[in-house]
Amino acid sequence: MEFLTPPFMQRALVAAVLVGITAPAIGIYLVQRRQALMGDGIGHIAMTGVGLGFLLSTNPIWMATLVAVVGSVVMELIRWYGHTRGDIALAMLFYGGMAGGVMLINLSGTGSNANLTSYLFGSLSTVSEEDVTAIVVLAAFVMLVTLALRRQLFAVSQDEEFARVTGLPVRVLNLLVAVTAAVTVTVAMRVVGLPLVSALMVVPVAAAQQIAKSFKVTFVLAVAIGTAVTLAGTVTSYYQDVPPGATIVLLAIAVFIALTALATPLARRRARGRDKDSEECTLEVPVARPDADDVRV
Amino acid sequence: MSEPSTPEPVISMRGATATLGARTVLRGVDLTVGRGEVAALLGANGSGKSTAVRSVIGQVPLTGGTVELFGTPLRRFRQWARVGYVPQRTTAAGGVPATIREVVASGRLSRTKLRLPGRADRAAVDRAIELVGLSDRAKDSVSALSGGQHQRVLIARALAAEPELLIMDEPMAGVDLASQEILAETLREQVGAGTTVLLVLHELGALEPLIDRAVVLRDGCVTHDGPPPEAMGQHALPGHDHVHPHAASEPARTGLLT
Repeated sequence: MEFLTPPFMQRALVAAVLVGITAPAIGIYLVQRRQALMGDGIGHIAMTGVGLGFLLSTNPIWMATLVAVVGSVVMELIRWYGHTRGDIALAMLFYGGMAGGVMLINLSGTGSNANLTSYLFGSLSTVSEEDVTAIVVLAAFVMLVTLALRRQLFAVSQDEEFARVTGLPVRVLNLLVAVTAAVTVTVAMRVVGLPLVSALMVVPVAAAQQIAKSFKVTFVLAVAIGTAVTLAGTVTSYYQDVPPGATIVLLAIAVFIALTALATPLARRRARGRDKDSEECTLEVPVARPDADDVRV
Repeated sequence: MSEPSTPEPVISMRGATATLGARTVLRGVDLTVGRGEVAALLGANGSGKSTAVRSVIGQVPLTGGTVELFGTPLRRFRQWARVGYVPQRTTAAGGVPATIREVVASGRLSRTKLRLPGRADRAAVDRAIELVGLSDRAKDSVSALSGGQHQRVLIARALAAEPELLIMDEPMAGVDLASQEILAETLREQVGAGTTVLLVLHELGALEPLIDRAVVLRDGCVTHDGPPPEAMGQHALPGHDHVHPHAASEPARTGLLT
């Protein structure tokens, strides 16, 4: 447990655990509505926020949160109104966000390559006290939304039209999912880096649903997997000179592969259990036809 | 069997017009469903029957005309717990595994809204699952179900709120005969308890004995509104929306009878 001693490691572990919990917690709703890559888009947009933070010499986490939240709201609005060219509009938003970020960081002058790298690929060892405070506050918001509103978010993500007819405030809930996803992106960017944030939202959920039958179990399992891989990845990067973000994502994918391999025999056994009583053919087969059928010439 | 002219209509649609993209889908549809009535919307593909029911519940905006639910203009209607909706779906599953109970429980949200579900809510969900005969499978994943069972889950979800009005968009599409019988039986119990029903159907099929009134749409206009024509069971297929002799005595809502 020597890795617990250095203060930077304590901060890194707090950040890692919070990311491991929050990313799958909001990611499950994105996967449920088949928008698994939404987090990826928000990550691109958040880049502009990081750039703005450098330019204005404020903490990039708060600026990235602000820009990502605005970007996610615009994405949600495009989803409502821009039916036909929605994907093109989203592409403009994503690439514009990424390019804008790189440009702003360059303009700020303060943003050295090393600084940029810490947001692109995550840099746990440079997580400051201030960063930890920001991450704790943002993570608390994400957990509050994803747990307290789980029934409502489940309904909206499962069948949006049906949810509207139940009278739920579907637009507000959709915006809340988008904003929460944006907040999660900025929580996670210091740990795994912006391009890999989406992976932590999606891969633990994908792994969990290989063996889960219910939404509840998928949720709990995804959060458990997320926490386990972020912790393991962080500790590994302390002992070995490997980037924590990449280690965490590769570990998550390894869990996905392991659970997928495990799931096939499991599903087979379940199907056998279910069909046990219906294995035999119980249809009544008409016994020998009566004489009436005998044709005599 | 209540008369179409029941004092308090549950659904009252007047001169509804609607467009989808550049296409006009409804051209002045009148549709009134009285309390306790079972009305079927019939018509060929593209006749506007799905658009008509979806505009009744505000899912397709009208370009003209009015809709009232339980005597309240749709714009001001908020009592959604009184309405159970079964959208046109082939599956009840989403992108993440969910059990039958989890999906059906989401139908109760029209009553619980943002509060936590209580004992009565859980009991209503169990009852809804029992009504469609899936109690023994409540904890199974919906992805393990057959097409007919998916439809039963969607109907149970609508019933979980214990609605007074049931609106179903093609509930029999892709449903095997055994499941059709179960669905008809479920519906019969609901109608017996006084539930008003509006359903979109391709053909009357197993539901024929339940239906009080048939409204036939063609090209966005009502061409028949009255008792289900005798031959409807076999002929309510695309292209078979002809009007039968006895229908002539029924009030024609538009001048576009063929």
